Amino acid sequence: MTRPFLPLRTLIAGAALSLPAAPALADLVISNWDGYMAPDAVANFSAETGEPAEMVVHATNEEIMGKIIASGGEGFDVAFVSSPFAEVLNNLGLLEPIDADKVPNLANLYPEAANLSHDPGNGFSVPYAWGTTGLCYRSDLVSPEPASWNDLLHPAEAQAGKVTLLGTDRWLLAAGFLAHGYSVNETDQAKLDEVTADLIAAKKTMLAFDDTTFYSKLVSGEATLVHAWDGWCNYGIAENPDIKFVVPSEGSDLWVDTMVVLKASDNKDGAFKFINYILDAANHRWAAENILYKVPNQAAMDGLSPDLIAQFPNMGMTPADLLKLEQLRDVGDATRAYAKAVSAIKAAN
Amino acid sequence: MNASNARSTALMAPALAWLTALMVIPCGLILALGFFRRGIYGGIEYSFTLENFALLLDPLYAGIFLTSARIAGTATLIAVVIGYAAAYAIAAAPRHRQPLLLFLAVLPFWSNYLIRTYAWIVLLNREGLITQFLRMMGYEGEPPSLLYTEGAVIVGLVYNYLPFVILACYAPLSRLNPELAEASRDLGASAFTTFRRVILPMTLHGIAAGAVFVFVLSIGNFITPALLGGGRFQMIGNLIYAQFLTANDWPFGAALSMALIAIMLGLLTLQAMAAEKGAGERREVLDG
Repeated sequence: MTRPFLPLRTLIAGAALSLPAAPALADLVISNWDGYMAPDAVANFSAETGEPAEMVVHATNEEIMGKIIASGGEGFDVAFVSSPFAEVLNNLGLLEPIDADKVPNLANLYPEAANLSHDPGNGFSVPYAWGTTGLCYRSDLVSPEPASWNDLLHPAEAQAGKVTLLGTDRWLLAAGFLAHGYSVNETDQAKLDEVTADLIAAKKTMLAFDDTTFYSKLVSGEATLVHAWDGWCNYGIAENPDIKFVVPSEGSDLWVDTMVVLKASDNKDGAFKFINYILDAANHRWAAENILYKVPNQAAMDGLSPDLIAQFPNMGMTPADLLKLEQLRDVGDATRAYAKAVSAIKAAN
Repeated sequence: MNASNARSTALMAPALAWLTALMVIPCGLILALGFFRRGIYGGIEYSFTLENFALLLDPLYAGIFLTSARIAGTATLIAVVIGYAAAYAIAAAPRHRQPLLLFLAVLPFWSNYLIRTYAWIVLLNREGLITQFLRMMGYEGEPPSLLYTEGAVIVGLVYNYLPFVILACYAPLSRLNPELAEASRDLGASAFTTFRRVILPMTLHGIAAGAVFVFVLSIGNFITPALLGGGRFQMIGNLIYAQFLTANDWPFGAALSMALIAIMLGLLTLQAMAAEKGAGERREVLDG
């Protein structure tokens, strides 16, 4: 029985989410993570194109997914989401195909960025930033230098109690999957159980799960080796040059944050204009220079200062380096098994 | 309807409208949500099921309820012991000083919960103030691991909710007629017996009120275990948070929320019944 009874559905959707007040109809509405693009990007875009636009922020993929799914995409024109979530939105039929003719700056992207496994040919999503996850550590305090996921999960005695793991489902489990040589998108329950047991064991030598302050813990010395996104490790490197980033020998994930246009948008041309504006070399370079994330835009990256890459070596990873890693994909119904595994890991003593 | 009835209805109306719109209806919607399925992509599939409620009995989730109850129970016990003693001392202080002492007890409420909790991170972390103090005193060993432990979570809960116990216990202690204790001593009871047989029973409803406050607020707390437990301790609040914000399993999150609300309502009802019974007994003592 799947017949929706609409009034209840609308009520629940409306009550369960505190949707922001409906923006003025004419405005293009762009939802992005706070601080993920230049503060004046939207105002400059409007000045340049004459399209009135405004930005709303979401804190997590799940938050914007909840809003978009509940409203059927109404109220948003462009959204920034990680690629597995873009896949979901596309599977739900909520995304407008990208009209390449209206986004000429797509030509600025690296060829690899137009051929990502979640969306070859950029049919429904345009990559905005990409990177990987690895080990971020104090090279002055950790010796020998870490090289394997097992150095994080089962650290040497000197590091015990001084490592942190990302607590978000996909990355926490990815650390376990990779240590066992499995795919970061593994859905086999037996392998998931095996990795869950290993991660429970890893809690004994772990300081904390940390998704937001791990680099400060490295700077203070509270932790010496942390599970980190490349861009966030750079925030630690900026404060202490002894901090280094390494992709473990077993490999890692490739994460891609994308821009998508909602099918429900009543100004799709404006939405494409916005994406085209972001893909402009100078505009897109802003993200690389200020957020210290790699962007998949060749024209933007070619203009990066060599000093920046010397200070933050992972900014110099090439698209070929990144494409050797396995892209995180939507795992469909296994999302529930992942969530349960993570609950079991966090609840275990 | 007479004028006084009409007036009280009019006075009640805003509060009732507020509660209905912002409490009864949302809770009803969450309850309803618990009977649907999670869609494969994380939305809500509008078909009836009881599986979300059945899942509450899964050993993993039932275990998380028990862990939460244990942590909340320990915090409650400690808060009651410390809070009752503090309330007793305040009630025994000269009357003109009591307002100042009470003011000091509730002063922490003037700052944000999150900030108060972060302050404990500053104190307890391995490179924090306690370690720095120990080093200043000449300690040279490994810094103690105080943060990200169950103890840190309990400390955070006790610290944040202690004022509730102090206030709840102070009210009956300050109204206690000192002549009752005097009479008990005159009749030969020791100080301890006087406390156990006279003072404690007369103030038990205050303890119950404070304890229920601490327990109910602790068992549903998710910020303290996340910050002071470093995510190593999963309490029921964290599990609900994860269902809504990471697993995108709103129906199961709704079922968990309902279970938590049921536990809270049950405890509050018991406390209200105890308070009613206590009030009746005290009236008998005074009238008889």
